[in-house]
Amino acid sequence: MNKVQNNKAWWLVLPVFLLVAFSAVIPMMTVVNYSVQDIFDQSSRYFVGADWYKQVLLDPRLHDSLLRQFIYSACVLLIEIPLGIAIALTMPTKGKWSSLVLIILAIPLLIPWNVVGTIWQIFGRADIGLMGSTLNAMGINYNYAANTMDAWVTVLVMDVWHWTSLVALLCYSGLRAIPDVYYQAARIDRASNWAVFRHIQLPKMKSVLLIAVMLRFMDSFMIYTEPFVLTGGGPGNATTFLSQTLTQMAIGQFDLGPAAAFSLVYFLIILLVSWLFYTAMTHSDANR
Amino acid sequence: MAEIRLQNLAHSYTSTPAGPEDYAIREMNHIWEQGGAYALLGPSGCGKSTLLNIISGLLSPSEGQVMFDSKVVNELTPEHRNIAQVFQFPVVYDTMTVFDNLAFPLRNQGMAEAKIHTKVQEIAEVLDLQSLLDKKARNLTADEKQKVSMGRGLVRDDVSAILFDEPLTVIDPHLKWKLRRKLKQIHEQFNITMVYVTHDQLEASTFADKIAVMYGGQIVQFGTPRELFERPSHTFVGYFIGSPGMNLIEVTAQPGGVGFASTHFPLSETLQRGIAQAEGKSLKVGIRPEFVHVWDGPYDDAMRADVVHVEDLGTYKILTLNLDGAPIKVRLAEDKPVPEGTAYISFPGQWLMVYADEYLLEPLSEVQP
Repeated sequence: MNKVQNNKAWWLVLPVFLLVAFSAVIPMMTVVNYSVQDIFDQSSRYFVGADWYKQVLLDPRLHDSLLRQFIYSACVLLIEIPLGIAIALTMPTKGKWSSLVLIILAIPLLIPWNVVGTIWQIFGRADIGLMGSTLNAMGINYNYAANTMDAWVTVLVMDVWHWTSLVALLCYSGLRAIPDVYYQAARIDRASNWAVFRHIQLPKMKSVLLIAVMLRFMDSFMIYTEPFVLTGGGPGNATTFLSQTLTQMAIGQFDLGPAAAFSLVYFLIILLVSWLFYTAMTHSDANR
Repeated sequence: MAEIRLQNLAHSYTSTPAGPEDYAIREMNHIWEQGGAYALLGPSGCGKSTLLNIISGLLSPSEGQVMFDSKVVNELTPEHRNIAQVFQFPVVYDTMTVFDNLAFPLRNQGMAEAKIHTKVQEIAEVLDLQSLLDKKARNLTADEKQKVSMGRGLVRDDVSAILFDEPLTVIDPHLKWKLRRKLKQIHEQFNITMVYVTHDQLEASTFADKIAVMYGGQIVQFGTPRELFERPSHTFVGYFIGSPGMNLIEVTAQPGGVGFASTHFPLSETLQRGIAQAEGKSLKVGIRPEFVHVWDGPYDDAMRADVVHVEDLGTYKILTLNLDGAPIKVRLAEDKPVPEGTAYISFPGQWLMVYADEYLLEPLSEVQP
């Protein structure tokens, strides 16, 4: 029997094709389009090739904010992941306390970014903020608007406050999925608490930890609203991260060409680092 | 190595048990002797896993004592009781190799690495795991994993006892047989007390020297497989052991014996005295299908029963009869003639058991004062 060829079925793919085109491909290609042209107005456009990319890659302002961005994301991961695991390990597993703790943990996750920024902006003020005035009353010269270190610590603490819950909740769900019998076997085998964590809990949490690391990396690498509201990128450029630099370039200076080139580079960096995390964390699964 | 003694032991999962039905384990006294191979047999929910977890220390009993060689260990945690336990579902440490899995309990004890090496090799050889030692445990099949779980229990030769909680549930039937033999071998080789929980009578009788049958939170009989078969001391044992189980008929006391409808079973004088003492209790007689005698033709002293159904199981036949309204199963050897319509049967006196309130009535040789 001959196989019936009916290529009309391809039309069924069309809706998805259109959706992806409008949601991803076309906006992205617009950016690509900007990144290779110098545009003054409708009639005067010049193709510049890779010039914008060269300019962006050599821009010391961007180097600085890229470095700041990496340090910031590294700090976020180094604090939030261990802290989230620790919280998940100490959370009660049953009874009314467990639901209460879950609710308390979920609260920061429900607050909009700019509200979080505003909360900490007021909370940290030396004159009327509870934290700021308390620290100053204790004799600590704390002022996030003037001291680089204070600004950094405040931005980091704010992120930890906002997002550690996410890591904790993910780890908690991973821990709950471990059957009791594993803990029982470990007790029979006389495993220490550390051994239980190292050989039972951590391996079983691995897949949720991968999600947590990726989410926290991507989010922290793209952070914009909170530091913008809290410090406005200051003092100086001390807390100006990549997305804020990009915004200044695109909207403040209206340098659409370089901004587009920069956007694409930014996107590729996130893609690359996420891929590295993913490969590193799943690679040890290779069969032996 | 130790003798395990359970003294007035009882356990309830509720903190304020109102009655016997709140107890998962009803008060019991029991001794597992050092070096024995025991099975704990019973249906799901009879409390056998609870009892096992109490022995290993994963559960703390609400009443009574667990003693290892006359030392009360109630307050000791599993790690201090020095006991090994193999669970129903294989527990392996995924990220470790098979070697590291087997070495894990020894490393936790702080044993020297050279000695660990010899011990692990020894156990790997017994369990046929040598070729897998370098493999990651997560890549094993279910039965290989279960062998690793068992190996972690067996590798410690100083344990007081090894407890098995239905360890062969996930194993393929043809491997079950191999592993069971392996366990038996290991038992003979190391002389460790082993308690094996199962709901499979075949598994219990091939593994164990003595079987404890549990029912409703109690050990209703403790004996050799043969004792359980020939003299079940509780109707549940009669029903649970054997295939098909014991025929049980409700009867009332009659002069010279017991009976129901128009059927009468004459009993020995010693049993009659027992029945006289058991007044007010419900009486049952029981006989194994294997022990029902089927006559080849009409016979004066035999009872007449209608043949309801014949099942041919290849090596033997199961007859279902109707004796005066009571269903009776009979196991008939393949070469025996099958009665048609009416069967003439009798219950040999030595195999006819009488139960008062479900417990076997022992013949009383002397009249109690």
